[in-house]
Amino acid sequence: MAASSRAQVLSLYRSLLKESRAFPSYNYRTYALRRVRDAFRENRSVKDPQALELLLNKARDSLAIIQRQVSVGRMYETQRTVVEPEPK
Amino acid sequence: MMSRSVTRKLLGSIRGVSTSARLNCPGAPASAPAAQRGRELIKSRELEKDELRPLYMDFQATTPMDPRVLDAMLPYQVNYYGNPHSRTHAYGWESETAMEKARKQVADLIGADPREIVFTSGATESNNMSIKGVARFYKARKKHVITTQTEHKCVLDSCRVLESEGFDVTYMPVKSNGLIDLQQLVETIRPDTSLVSVMTVNNEIGVKQPIKEIGTICRSKNVFFHTDAAQAVGKIPINVSELKVDLMSISGHKIYGPKGVGALFVRRRPRVRIEPLQSGGGQERGLRSGTVPTPLAVGLGAACELAQQEMEQVFLLGGKTCKAKLTKQKLFICYDHARVSMLATRLVQKIMTEIPDVVMNGDPDQRYPGCINLSFAYVEGESLLMALKDVALSSGSACTSASLEPSYVLRAIGTDEDLAHSSIRFGIGRFTTEEEVDYTAEKCIQQVRRLREMSPLWEMVQEGIDLKSIKWTQH
Repeated sequence: MAASSRAQVLSLYRSLLKESRAFPSYNYRTYALRRVRDAFRENRSVKDPQALELLLNKARDSLAIIQRQVSVGRMYETQRTVVEPEPK
Repeated sequence: MMSRSVTRKLLGSIRGVSTSARLNCPGAPASAPAAQRGRELIKSRELEKDELRPLYMDFQATTPMDPRVLDAMLPYQVNYYGNPHSRTHAYGWESETAMEKARKQVADLIGADPREIVFTSGATESNNMSIKGVARFYKARKKHVITTQTEHKCVLDSCRVLESEGFDVTYMPVKSNGLIDLQQLVETIRPDTSLVSVMTVNNEIGVKQPIKEIGTICRSKNVFFHTDAAQAVGKIPINVSELKVDLMSISGHKIYGPKGVGALFVRRRPRVRIEPLQSGGGQERGLRSGTVPTPLAVGLGAACELAQQEMEQVFLLGGKTCKAKLTKQKLFICYDHARVSMLATRLVQKIMTEIPDVVMNGDPDQRYPGCINLSFAYVEGESLLMALKDVALSSGSACTSASLEPSYVLRAIGTDEDLAHSSIRFGIGRFTTEEEVDYTAEKCIQQVRRLREMSPLWEMVQEGIDLKSIKWTQH
């Protein structure tokens, strides 16, 4: 059970990061990546299964939010900001 | 005295006219390319298609909406469009549930009861409601209102209206660090004072007033205390019972929520009575009639809930995200606040170590770190803003930027005229990155150096001449 949970958590983490990278807006993208990393890092030593379940549900909801907001962002895309590197 | 008025003329009244005029001051060589540099007024124009967008560093003017807030609002814009005051069908009921949920979220953030929250159209309306409402309700026996000179324009204007209605208003001065003098406040309160209004965090210089102490003073003297917490809510911990506040204004678009919505906290125990400004169907306990905009209210609630969550997260500075050295402010327990402080220290240190003669306006300790107001001596504020065209900054509050006068807040804290004209406000928020801060700092240093090269006053200072001792002659 613990092994599959760990795999679950890691796959959730990877999906969140993958979706966050798709934000067209520089500020939202960097914030999402940073926040996801910090949230997972902070909660890495949580053991209680109930708390874990709550956190994982929150992560799944966040994944859905990010996916929806990425699509909205793509619909209304605008120019790059000054600090963004040129697309290759 | 003479030199000051001429300096003002050089830097002040020639705002908006070409730099060449400013550089042609008696006896100083003006460089030819400078004279041909573009006409000055910051012309507003739309960005071209391929032009890169400037960095946003003006978080005190407004904030971008957090994607989670937009996500909460969209269902109520698309499908759940009922009027929350309709009592007879599901559209109304679901809208009302959402509105009440939002009310609870706002109340939880400030430690209030949901019944004490009134949704308004923004902090301006909340300020107007509280100041005019309280003063007019108690006008039979209480005719005095106290406020400060650094308040937001809407508070000052409401007080001016009250003056024309026959009230007595005292505009208390502030010390040079921006804070008010508590002893002076105690002396100013009269037996017929009904309201004291002091903002929590100033939007131009970022100073944090001693709200708890003011609240205690007002409670002891039986005076109502209103605070404009638009810049403070969600950024510093606020509990209305601890701070002994009776009325508090909240703005949606300052805490990553939608524009066009705000809230007013009106205490019920002891009850604060208000004469309503807006008459109508009696919504919001009769204090503010009119349909509550459900999507906006939901957005405000979501923004408040997010701010609460970020404040409760324990985030000890560490890990790869924070490279700056820890200062004595080590023990933040707030994700956003820790990050904003780190970025602010980074920006200020970078700028102040590279260029001399930079002054930070406002108290260095009692402040919200995300609002930094710097004055660059011997450089004009507007020309620096134009030179920094890749960064969205402002030199004063958005509501006073239409006039060419320097900000009244800076004048109230006693800044010299020339420094007041050369001040820039940097705003840092939740979405600011280290790259943006570094870019801003570098550009700022570069442009200040360039502008100072062109400035004859700077040349004179480098030669060791004391500017205040110069006798300027008229041409």
